[in-house]
Amino acid sequence: MTLQFVADGLIAGALIGLGAIGVTLTYSILRFANFAHGEFISFGAYATLLLAGAIGAIFAGSTQSIGSLSIGWAVVAAGLIAMALTGLLALALDFLVFRRLREKGAAITTVMASFGASMALRALLEFMFTSRPTYFSRDLQIAMPIGLGIRVTPDQMALLGVTAALLIAVHLLLTRTQTGRAMRAVSENPSLARVAGIDVDRVVRTTWLLGGSLACAAGVMLGLLVQIRPYMGFDLLLPLFAAAILGGIGSVPGAVAGALIVGVSEAAAVQMVGAEWRAAVAFLLLSGILLIKPTGLFGKSE
Amino acid sequence: MNDIRRAILVVDNLVAGYEPGLPIVNGASLSLGAAEIVVILGPNGAGKSTLIKAVAGLIPIAGGKVILAGKDITRLPAHQIARNGLAFTPQTENVFAGMTVDDNLRLASGILAVSQRRARIEEMYALFPDLARQRRLLAGRLSGGQRQMLAIGRALLVGPSVLALDEPSAGLSPRLVDVVFSRLNDIRASGVAIVLVEQNARAALAIADRAYIMSEGRIAHEGAAPGLATDPAVAALYLGGLKAGTPRGAAS
Repeated sequence: MTLQFVADGLIAGALIGLGAIGVTLTYSILRFANFAHGEFISFGAYATLLLAGAIGAIFAGSTQSIGSLSIGWAVVAAGLIAMALTGLLALALDFLVFRRLREKGAAITTVMASFGASMALRALLEFMFTSRPTYFSRDLQIAMPIGLGIRVTPDQMALLGVTAALLIAVHLLLTRTQTGRAMRAVSENPSLARVAGIDVDRVVRTTWLLGGSLACAAGVMLGLLVQIRPYMGFDLLLPLFAAAILGGIGSVPGAVAGALIVGVSEAAAVQMVGAEWRAAVAFLLLSGILLIKPTGLFGKSE
Repeated sequence: MNDIRRAILVVDNLVAGYEPGLPIVNGASLSLGAAEIVVILGPNGAGKSTLIKAVAGLIPIAGGKVILAGKDITRLPAHQIARNGLAFTPQTENVFAGMTVDDNLRLASGILAVSQRRARIEEMYALFPDLARQRRLLAGRLSGGQRQMLAIGRALLVGPSVLALDEPSAGLSPRLVDVVFSRLNDIRASGVAIVLVEQNARAALAIADRAYIMSEGRIAHEGAAPGLATDPAVAALYLGGLKAGTPRGAAS
């Protein structure tokens, strides 16, 4: 038995955390579980892939690997643009579908509509890119030992660093800025937020942009570490919700903590029980937390 | 009509309710003069809270008009009404319990220019020294009286022309009610007009200039506050509405 599962789990957990923040924010601010969030992840990965191809074709040398990483600047630049695009996709979906249903006050219908949007987006990605997996890079990465029997690749190290920076940025946004205070206010008490002069529609737009762009970051990360396929986001949905609920829905630090727990538990299960049990872990954690402490680790009771 | 031109807030024949076709407020009219305190009294279910929430933009308005400082605010969203100078504090959940006292005030200061925000927050701390001592505390852990002070401080922070309060005395001890109401008197003295909905008629009539009494979604009675306190017709209306056996004429 080695401690490799801790490293693997933390990396998977960081990725799940990026997605779970969007789930938890959508749930607490818009008050519905968005099942299309997984497709934001897949869309982000494919958008990055296309853009990276275009950037690589225009700027020769941008596909040259950065240091010992497997990717060049083209993927980094493409990822940043794709984050904005995924945020816009989330906004468009809200404008076309969710906003109308929200105005009618139909919470369950909104959840069902997100199922529909999820299927439609997934089918569209499958239609455009086929279901065959693809990759940002086919470079082989050598995992370096970092002590305690743990090995990590340069890509994994870089992604952990990027995720940590993103998580800190989100935390600062929510706790130190007027935008973040407005988001917390709407999540706690929408009508009081309105009489306090907060434009709730603006907060909703910010939530979609933020959730969408973080989902894209998770998609790029997953694409780099594993592969890009139309079901990549959908398959991540259960861990995302498990993390968000485990941490206490509405709590961003909770979602990240929940994600790390889900990630490490999954990796531990792979090492100790067998890889076929991986998917069951999130399900068990989710069932367990709903039975024992439905408000989650950091959640407040309503 | 002269009355309307002098008034800072005019509610004209307002119809409002949660469900379309089911008005709770059904043709209520009232006015509020600059630096005046007006109280809306009435039995439970008369539509007092619905009226004040509709004025603040929280409940859909089906008919009638709300004019604030000469501007029609009837169809404006709540945050625009707040930015136009009508500050509302709800009866319950009137502070963000999960945020610190300071964050509650900073949030509200978002309407102001960035350069004014901190100074204005410090002015509120000067006005409510209890809050200044607790600025890092979560608002949910404040005592009932301090919570009410924070709610009022939050509303006053942006320098409104009208302060609308839904039952500021709810859940407070009689001593605290006196403290809060004497504060309202100070606030009026600083030039802010106040309209409040109250169950505690005694305390409210003691500070109000005028009072409206609502019944079944309409204004049933109106008059100068001191006289109303001793009016038997008011007592009849206020203590449970028009019961069988009460002559209808007594109300109007």
